[in-house]
Amino acid sequence: MIEIVGLRKRFGAVTVLDGVDHQQAAGEVVALIGPSGCGKSTLLRCLNWLETPDAGSLRLGDVRIEAGTPEAADRRLRQQLRRRTGMIFQQFHLFPHRTALENVMEAPVHVDRLPLSEARELAMGLLSKVGLADRAQHLPSQLSGGQQQRVAIARALAMKPQILLCDEPTSALDPELRGEVLTVLQTLASEGMTLLLVTHELAFARDIAHRVVFLEGGRVVESGPTRAVLDQPRHPRLQEFLGKHRFTPQ
Amino acid sequence: MRRVPTLLLILLAWTAGLGSTAGTAPAPEPAIRQVLRWANDAEGGAPYIFHPPDNPDQLVGFEVELAQALCDRLGYTSQFVQYNWANLIPGLRQGGNYDIIIAALERTPENLAQVAMSRPYFTFGQQLVARTQDTNIQSLKDLAGRRIGVLASTLSHRLATQQGGVEVRVYDENVNYFRDLELGRIDAVLTDSPIATVQLKNRPNLRTAGPPFAHAHYAIAVPIGSPELLTRINEALGSLIQDGTLERIYRRYELWDPQQAALATWTAEAVPTTTSGAATAATKPAPVPMLRYFKILLEAAVTTLWVSLTSMALAMSWGLGLALARRHGPKPLRWMATLYIEVFRGTPLLLQLYFIYFGLAQQWGWKLSAGAAAVLTLGLNYAANEAENFRAGLEAIPRGQTEAALSLGLSPALTLRRILLPQALRISLPGITNDLIALFKDSSIVSVIGLVELTKEFLIRSLDAGDYIGLGILTAAIYLAMGHAASRAARALERRLRT
Repeated sequence: MIEIVGLRKRFGAVTVLDGVDHQQAAGEVVALIGPSGCGKSTLLRCLNWLETPDAGSLRLGDVRIEAGTPEAADRRLRQQLRRRTGMIFQQFHLFPHRTALENVMEAPVHVDRLPLSEARELAMGLLSKVGLADRAQHLPSQLSGGQQQRVAIARALAMKPQILLCDEPTSALDPELRGEVLTVLQTLASEGMTLLLVTHELAFARDIAHRVVFLEGGRVVESGPTRAVLDQPRHPRLQEFLGKHRFTPQ
Repeated sequence: MRRVPTLLLILLAWTAGLGSTAGTAPAPEPAIRQVLRWANDAEGGAPYIFHPPDNPDQLVGFEVELAQALCDRLGYTSQFVQYNWANLIPGLRQGGNYDIIIAALERTPENLAQVAMSRPYFTFGQQLVARTQDTNIQSLKDLAGRRIGVLASTLSHRLATQQGGVEVRVYDENVNYFRDLELGRIDAVLTDSPIATVQLKNRPNLRTAGPPFAHAHYAIAVPIGSPELLTRINEALGSLIQDGTLERIYRRYELWDPQQAALATWTAEAVPTTTSGAATAATKPAPVPMLRYFKILLEAAVTTLWVSLTSMALAMSWGLGLALARRHGPKPLRWMATLYIEVFRGTPLLLQLYFIYFGLAQQWGWKLSAGAAAVLTLGLNYAANEAENFRAGLEAIPRGQTEAALSLGLSPALTLRRILLPQALRISLPGITNDLIALFKDSSIVSVIGLVELTKEFLIRSLDAGDYIGLGILTAAIYLAMGHAASRAARALERRLRT
């Protein structure tokens, strides 16, 4: 369903992505791990063109973009890509001037032009799904971090994305608030949602992911089924990384 | 005046002492002449006091020459003091800045109540001026429902106001109302006959409408309580008239006529002179009808309010355009927006107002009404500030907001409108409110193009009533009320914009 070939991205003199290939089937959950600065977040942000890759191609369902071509500069193509992907940010990025409900309704009403009543029904359904129906009228500033991230998930789901890109969704949260977000993601995964997840929560990755991709220096160093990668790491860099995270293979 | 000789004596003694201690004192200088400081407003223009266009370093005019002749006769060194015309009398009463006023002050009971006045040095009439084609204007009566320009706080001002049914536009100086008359912004000018004589020379499309009327005198103003100085000035003036000096000066300016010749036989009996000042000063002034004045000031505040609010609306929309051009526009547009902001922030508002009101009309024939010019100038000027306010607001929004909106599929335009602008406005609002309150006060600048707003009304009325404290407090209260209402409205809007 998603296919990346030879993706490259440089920031000035620094090569962040050095030819990354990745394929992922519908309903598959993939965890992206690696030391900080390895290009995980950049890879994710290239997938919905928040960063413009320098080279490589990207196919998501029926949308295909080849970096560096004139079509890649087309705003509509970019927007099609974004409507097929949802993104969860480390810092939530809820719209602070709108209530939880309005945050979720924003895109259905103004992008999909859904009638207000339908959009409200959709949004209330999603807020219930993340367990926040009773917080619909709250402003983001009146919600805890975990609640904000759950609203952000509902907001992303409102556009019915084919894949949900999660950029360290729990890193900004206190440990006791992480559970509620992880539970929601777990539920989504069990319902067959396609997830690409940048995370440091290796235990969670083992619970939820079908596959793990280890990225370092802008390259995929090792990838494979979750247990194989996490429990029998072959590459010394991955072994070192797992050791640093005091991750005990089972 | 009494202070000057004392000061001079001290100065003289000090320089003499300095000379002797230094031991280089030359032969005694010819006695240093005392200085007589006479005040006028060089904005008064020809033929009174003006800089000739071909020699702008020089100050000439019949009052300048009269002052010189008078000082010569009195044995003083003449020293000109520039002062705002409308404030000449309060300035003299306050003392310290100048000793006498020679500035076309009318010898009226109103003025005599505040200062002592000499025998007249000039007889003038009220001259109505209209456009040449506008043949049906012959007197004040023909001006019902039309606009007339007058100089603030003059006999012309009073006569035009008394006429009723005429829209009176008040000016601060003597030239611009002729310009506005030519441009059709006003329909007539009522002014002192010498001004009309000079100005009509170079304005073929204007004409005198009817003969001069309501003749009156200009006289020299002296502080109340200086009878000795007043007597000496009267004697000197008398001798200038007798020996033909005055006639020679006036002939140079083509002002000599039988009425000026009659000044020689003028007697003080008609209006009391030397004692008048002291006498009227002793009587208590009538109490100022505050409620009447409050209503008058409120009416002027309406002008302040609509000028400020319309200007602010213009400034905010134009400023937003500039901020967006500067942030998101292509390079040439960005560069132009930056240049615009620098130019409008970096040059005086008054200069911009004159450029837009007079300059555009002169150069390209764009005859803006005073109201339109005021709103346009203030709007264009404040747009530079608002652009910076908006820019600060936009820059304060975390980049993540844009990314979150884009990742949901919102277009850049929609992101700006739905997500960024409401948040930017919320951040910029305190600065914008500040500017609006500043604008309430800055809008007083439009009085220079004849709009009477709150501050101008206060200036006019406080001169009339001779009350700066009472009317000042009333005026301040109205400004405060407007500013308070603005900040209340801003806070309500902030709550609506939330976060």
